[in-house]
Amino acid sequence: MSTSPERAIPEPVSQEDGVQALSHSPDSLQTRVQRTLEAARERGASDVQAVVSHSVGLELGVRKGEIETLEHERDQSLSLIVYFGQSKGAASTTDFSDQALIDTVEAACRIARYTEPDPYAGMPDPAFKASEWDDLDLDHPWGCSAAEATELARTIEAAGFAADERIENSEGASVSTRRAIAFLGDSQGFMGGYRSTRHSLSCALVARDAAGMQRDYAYTVARHAEDLTAAEQVGREAAERTVRRLGGRKLSTRNCPVLFAPEMARTLIGSFTRAIAGPSQYRESSFLLNAIGENVFPGWMQIEERPQTPRALGSAPFDGEGVRTRNRPLIADGVLQSYTLDSYAGRRLGLEATGNAGGARNVTVAPGDKDFAALLAEMGTGFLVTELIGQGVNPVTGDYSRGAAGFWVENGELQYPVEEITIAGNLKDMFQRMAAVGTDVDRRGNIHTGSILVESMMVAGD
Amino acid sequence: MIDRLAQQTLLDPAGLGESELSSLLGTTFGHGIDGGDCYFQFSSQEGWSLEDGIVKSASFNIERGVGIRVVRGEQTGFAYSDDIAMPAMLEAAKTARSIASAGQSGRIAVASRSSSRPALYAPDNPLDSLGEQAKIDLLKEVDAVARAEDSRVTQVMCSLAGVHEVVLVLNARGEMTTDVRPLVRLNVQVIVEQGGRRESGTSGGGGRHGYQYFREDGRAAGYAREAVRQALVNLDARDAPAGSMKVVLGPGWPGILLHEAIGHGLEGDFNRKGTSAFSGRIGEQVAAKGITIVDDGTLEGRRGSLNVDDEGNPTQQTVLIEDGVLRGYMQDEMNARLMGTQSTGNGRRESYARLPMPRMTNTYMLGGDADPEEILASVDDGLYAVNFGGGQVDITSGKFVFSASEAYRVENGKVTYPVKGATLIGNGPDVLTRVSMIGNDMKLDSGVGTCGKEGQGVPVGVGQPTLRIDGMTVGGTQAA
Repeated sequence: MSTSPERAIPEPVSQEDGVQALSHSPDSLQTRVQRTLEAARERGASDVQAVVSHSVGLELGVRKGEIETLEHERDQSLSLIVYFGQSKGAASTTDFSDQALIDTVEAACRIARYTEPDPYAGMPDPAFKASEWDDLDLDHPWGCSAAEATELARTIEAAGFAADERIENSEGASVSTRRAIAFLGDSQGFMGGYRSTRHSLSCALVARDAAGMQRDYAYTVARHAEDLTAAEQVGREAAERTVRRLGGRKLSTRNCPVLFAPEMARTLIGSFTRAIAGPSQYRESSFLLNAIGENVFPGWMQIEERPQTPRALGSAPFDGEGVRTRNRPLIADGVLQSYTLDSYAGRRLGLEATGNAGGARNVTVAPGDKDFAALLAEMGTGFLVTELIGQGVNPVTGDYSRGAAGFWVENGELQYPVEEITIAGNLKDMFQRMAAVGTDVDRRGNIHTGSILVESMMVAGD
Repeated sequence: MIDRLAQQTLLDPAGLGESELSSLLGTTFGHGIDGGDCYFQFSSQEGWSLEDGIVKSASFNIERGVGIRVVRGEQTGFAYSDDIAMPAMLEAAKTARSIASAGQSGRIAVASRSSSRPALYAPDNPLDSLGEQAKIDLLKEVDAVARAEDSRVTQVMCSLAGVHEVVLVLNARGEMTTDVRPLVRLNVQVIVEQGGRRESGTSGGGGRHGYQYFREDGRAAGYAREAVRQALVNLDARDAPAGSMKVVLGPGWPGILLHEAIGHGLEGDFNRKGTSAFSGRIGEQVAAKGITIVDDGTLEGRRGSLNVDDEGNPTQQTVLIEDGVLRGYMQDEMNARLMGTQSTGNGRRESYARLPMPRMTNTYMLGGDADPEEILASVDDGLYAVNFGGGQVDITSGKFVFSASEAYRVENGKVTYPVKGATLIGNGPDVLTRVSMIGNDMKLDSGVGTCGKEGQGVPVGVGQPTLRIDGMTVGGTQAA
């Protein structure tokens, strides 16, 4: 289905919609964008871009069967960027009064009088802007009341406690639902907006044995409530993940293969997307500097950006500047195809903008042909990482050293839990030494990947 | 005393007088409610950044709103509004109160809380402390100093940020407290290049001051030179060692060790729920003798300091560990009440739109008597780590990490060569039992820390003297 910008927003939902009812109508938000654009032009801005966003949400937490927190969210913000020739100013406010709109526009204009001209500053080329876009199926209000959320959270937590008697404490189960609407407009005539929803269930439990306590969690998140994992399953998974960590040991210092579980593999791909982002390139602060055309990964690796995927969590019809997004390859047969660029980074690097104002969306690693068990078997003996802590990644050099927990694996089978060790290497080298990607793809975020096996890393322990 | 600025910024525009507030309190709290508050906040902040030698972008943001929190037993109801006006507040109050059974209609008298303690910072708006051109000039000076320092500097990115926050807390007992909080920060990052190898260095500082702070004592230029120095050291860094070894930590920012290993585990909420590795361990020896660690929100002008916390309670110095023995937890009102103790002035929140919880302020270890030179000379084979990036902790298992960004190998009592950044990992409840020497050079960090908990960031400080720890796991790539 394709819709024109003016009709991109369906009629407002009825007010019986309870917690999902937005308190600003699409019309009033669009009007606010228009008035912001006009106010900036009246004050001499040569170009202006404005975003008005609004969201409502409910977050309910239950701990040990009782409501612990009930939070009602209602956010709104107006932000704008003005250009006076090549000078730029930005301002934002959460205050939606008429006076605040004027004050905010004036603050942006005042800043632009002081900032220095940047030859690369400015709006995106109108030719790249989205003129029409598909409905990406992102808006599915749940209509879950506080009472229903309470029951759901109780169900999650109870399933966790029931799953194993070593679960002796809880940090709680929570249900969250949020609906947002945003409009972007600019002085070149672009005006677009869309609504989106995001719902989640989560649970964090604590288990104890003679050696001490362990905590872990499970969660599910989706645009549509029907895509969420069942409540009982979230509770059981949290319990399993927690209990299996009991009795964790250190390893002795060694080199060995490392298998990153999907939710950890995502962080490796995250380092890749940061390294190919415009600012990392033009600031020359990337370990993948000027790497287009280079073999960054082994020849079998394929990575795409898929911002147009219906219902996916990272999807967007156009980027933060109104540039149309499109599905495209980032890595083909191991070779870097493109950076992720907004219009500024594009001009800096002499390349076309790629619709990445606001980042890369739904970065998708093509799965191989092995499931998780087959990957464990392929690794044979090595370390399975299920948790990483700390920020030990140097984006300039690719040097990598992070705290890890997981399991020691022999003959493709989990032997015992491991904690208080680090894994280290250099990302450039780790990318080259990737041996396989699993079919166990985790789609709960903006990066979709299965488990990733790295041939060898340094494990530091005793 | 109600601060006049708070009155003018938060109450007057909405026509909120004593009568309206008294009725708001009566509707929100009263029978069956154990606590809570109406938290009014106005904050204005700006950021200026320099890149490629020019200040090409800057932003200005305003946030205004009120958060209404109702606490009953272990339950919290919460709603907020961007609109400080009676109808919106009554609606939020009704929503927040929905955890309690029946509605209310009484009145609760309002009384302002006064403080006899001198203010820890001036209430002046730091955004007005320098003209716009002077802010730009300051950044350009930092850029020029960094570039003049060494020809291998290829990129300089620096930013200047200021926040002015006006807070008014009206609690369920009708007590009203105000605080006006300035906060400034200057950050410098440089990239250096030599023979195709690139490294970065970062430095900065700040506190609850005006921007003049950066002009005093040559601070701004000092940050620039320090960032370049660190980057150049890293150009010569060899692979870091892997495995367990003796570690000497430098003074100041390496105190992030205490924040991660000990601090979070001593926050009241985790201990009330029994999910901390330190739960139920008050009175136990958890650190070597001679180690005393405090959390102190009362240090003048520091980034982590507050006149009052976000529940309106005065901050204080809380002894966490005394001569190696665990003494106390950091509490907000709710967790203190549930644990039968008093708030320690550690109830903090990121903004009116988020719930307060027990958080650290400035957490540091008192100095000992060892000469730092002697400490290094005593190590036959180990690592000397002087600068760090961030850290993280798993409260329940006690495992924590912090990542070195400047470190050296120590051999036969001598610092021999720089090594690449590496993560250090340990176990909170026992790492401090392995401290064998405590330096006499206690230092607080330069004012750069932001602590994250449940998605809320708050400014904090850390500090410590030079320390020798006998046995920590160093996460390098080179087998020892």
